[in-house]
Amino acid sequence: MEKIIISVRSLTKVYEMGEVKVHALRGIDLDMHEGEFTAIMGASGSGKSTFMNILGCLDLPTSGDYFLDEVDVKTLNRDQLAHLRNRKIGFVFQTYNLLPRTTALENVELPLFYNREVNKKERLERAANVLEMVGIGDRMMHFPSQLSGGQQQRVAIARALINDPVIMLADEPTGNLDTRASFEVMDIFQKLNEKGITICLVTHEPDISQFASRNVMFRDGKIHREVTVENRKNAVVELSNLPSEDDDYE
Amino acid sequence: MNYLNLFVIAYRSLNRNKVRSFLTMLGMIIGVASVIAMLALGQGSRNSIKQQISGLGSNVLMVFPGASYRGGVASAAGTGQRLVLDDAWAIRDECPSVKYVSPVARTSAQVIAGANNWNTQIYGIYPEYFNIRNLQVESGDLFTDEDARRGTKVCILGKTVITNLFGEGADPVGQRVRIRNIPFRVIGVMKAKGQSGMGSDEDDVIYAPFQTVQRRLRGQTTRVQQIYASAVSEDAMTQAQTEIDNLLRQRKHVAKNDEEPPFRLRNQQEILDMLTSTSDTMVALLASIAAISLIVGGIGIMNIMFVSVTERTREIGLRMAVGARSRDILRQFLLEAILLSVIGGLLGVVLGVAASHLFVTMLGWPVSVTSYSIFLAFIFSAMVGIFFGWYPARKAARLIPMDALRYE
Repeated sequence: MEKIIISVRSLTKVYEMGEVKVHALRGIDLDMHEGEFTAIMGASGSGKSTFMNILGCLDLPTSGDYFLDEVDVKTLNRDQLAHLRNRKIGFVFQTYNLLPRTTALENVELPLFYNREVNKKERLERAANVLEMVGIGDRMMHFPSQLSGGQQQRVAIARALINDPVIMLADEPTGNLDTRASFEVMDIFQKLNEKGITICLVTHEPDISQFASRNVMFRDGKIHREVTVENRKNAVVELSNLPSEDDDYE
Repeated sequence: MNYLNLFVIAYRSLNRNKVRSFLTMLGMIIGVASVIAMLALGQGSRNSIKQQISGLGSNVLMVFPGASYRGGVASAAGTGQRLVLDDAWAIRDECPSVKYVSPVARTSAQVIAGANNWNTQIYGIYPEYFNIRNLQVESGDLFTDEDARRGTKVCILGKTVITNLFGEGADPVGQRVRIRNIPFRVIGVMKAKGQSGMGSDEDDVIYAPFQTVQRRLRGQTTRVQQIYASAVSEDAMTQAQTEIDNLLRQRKHVAKNDEEPPFRLRNQQEILDMLTSTSDTMVALLASIAAISLIVGGIGIMNIMFVSVTERTREIGLRMAVGARSRDILRQFLLEAILLSVIGGLLGVVLGVAASHLFVTMLGWPVSVTSYSIFLAFIFSAMVGIFFGWYPARKAARLIPMDALRYE
C-alpha cells in the first residue's frame, strides 16, 4: 500500500452566520494515498468546496483531525500553515486567481518568492520548466488578459506545480472552461498523475470525474458514496473525439 | 522571504499601477517641495535681514550717562553721575565679552571748504569705533589711537559732506576743511552707508580723533557723552550687556537692585529680534501650511493603500494560499507605502530645490536652501509613509486566506 498523504478523521465545519449555525461538514473520514487521483463530487452546498479549502489549509476545521503528509495540521500556527501551503500544497482555483497585468512567468514564480531556499536563477529556471510542462512555454511573457481561459488555468496549474507539492488540490478547475479546454486541463492532470503526483479535485460534472481514479460523492456535509472508476476516461482520446477546432467557429 | 524578493514584489505591484502610483506620489512631491521652498524662502529672508542689521552693527552696545533726579524732577541726560574716559577703558579691560570700546564725543558744527559750507555732525572717536560700526574708508586712511589720544587735527568725511563741500564724486583726501574755523586735514573718505535703521543719513557725518573733538570743539576734558562697545559675537550680546552693567554699577557704587542706575545701556539686538521674529513668524506660517500639505499627501497615501488593500484582497488571499505569511503581506504593503512616499519625497526635494532656484533667478527673492530642510522634509516623508502605510498593511496582513480569496 502506498504512503497515506491525506488522512481525515471525523472532520466537521460549522459556519456561524449570526444566530444561524450552518453545518457545512458533518463528520468526514477519508484517506488519500500517494499517486491517487481523487475526484470529489456533489451538488452545491454539499460541503465539497469547504472540504477542499480545509485540505488546502486555507480554512480550519471546527473539529476533527487532519493529517497532511503525517503532520497534524491542528497543531500548526498561522506561519507554519503558510509554510505548509508553500511547500506541500499546490492549489488550483476555479477562477484561476492569476495576478492581473503580470506575465505568466511572474505569476508562476510567485510561490517561490516565499521560499527562502530558492534563488533567482533557480526560480526562473523552475518557472520556465513548469510552464513548458503545461504547454505555455511559448507564452511566458503574456499577460493573463492575453490568454484564453484554458491557458490561464494551465498557468495556474504551473504555479501550483512549481513548489513540487506532495498533493495538488483543484477546486472546480474546469468550472469556467468549455469542453475542449476542460479536457485539455484534465489531460494535464492525468499526465501529472502518471508522473506520480497525487491529485484531488472537486467537480460537479460527472464526465470530468470519470478522468479520476476514484470518485467520492458528498451529500449534506457527509460522504455519501465512494467508488473506484471502472472505465477511466483518457483525456487524449476524448480530445481526439471532439469535433475539430475549426468547426467551433460559426 | 528575503528582502530582495520583497523589494521585487513591492516594485512590481507599484509598477503594475503606474498612473495610480504617480498620482499618489504627487501629494508627497508637492508637500515636500513646498516645505523645502518655504523654508528656503524663510531662511533667505532671515539671512538678508541679518545682513542688513549686522551692516549697521548688530552687536553694538551704547552706554549713556543717566539723568539725575532731584526731588522727583528729572534733569537732562548727563546731568547726573558722569561717564568718564576711565569707564570706557575699564569696560575694555574687565569685560571679557566685549571686543571693542570707543568713547564718543559728538557735536554738530559748521564746516567750511573753500566757498562752500555745511552743517553736519562731528564724531570724536577712537579708531575702534570703525570696527564697532563696521565702517570702512573708501580712500585715504583712518587715524590712529595716537591721533585720538593726542587730538590731531585730521578728519574723515562722509559722502554727503563731500557732495556738499566739494561736489559729487570728488576725492578731497589731502585737502583742508575748517570746522568751527579750526583747520583740519582730510585724510580719508568713508564708504557710503546709506540710511540708518532709524532713517537718518549715515553719510552726513565727519569722523575726527576723540580728543580733538572733546577738547577743541566741545571744550570738555573729563565727561564722556557716550561709550560705544561691541560684543565678541552676536550671541554674547546679553552676556556683554550684563558684564558692562555690573561693572558700571560697581564703579558708580549703585546697588544691583537699584532700578535707576546713573547710566543707560542700549543695544541694537532688539531691532534684530523684532525683524527676525517677524520673518520667523512668516516662515513658521508658510512652513506649517506646507507641512499640512505634507500630511494631506500622507493621508492620500493611506487612502490609496486602503483602496489597494480592498481592491487586491483576492491577490492577498492568493499570496497567502501560495505560502505568504502574514508578516510577508505586512512588509509588502508597508514597503509599497514607504517606496511611494520616499520616491515622492525625493522627487519633491528635487522640485523644491528647483523652485527655490527659480525664485532667485526669476523673482530675485533671497532664497537659501538648507541641507537640514532637505533632510527634514525627506525624513518626514518617510515617516509619513510608515505611519500611514502601517494601518492598511496590517489590515491586509490580518485577512484570513479563505475570506480574502472569496472576496468579491
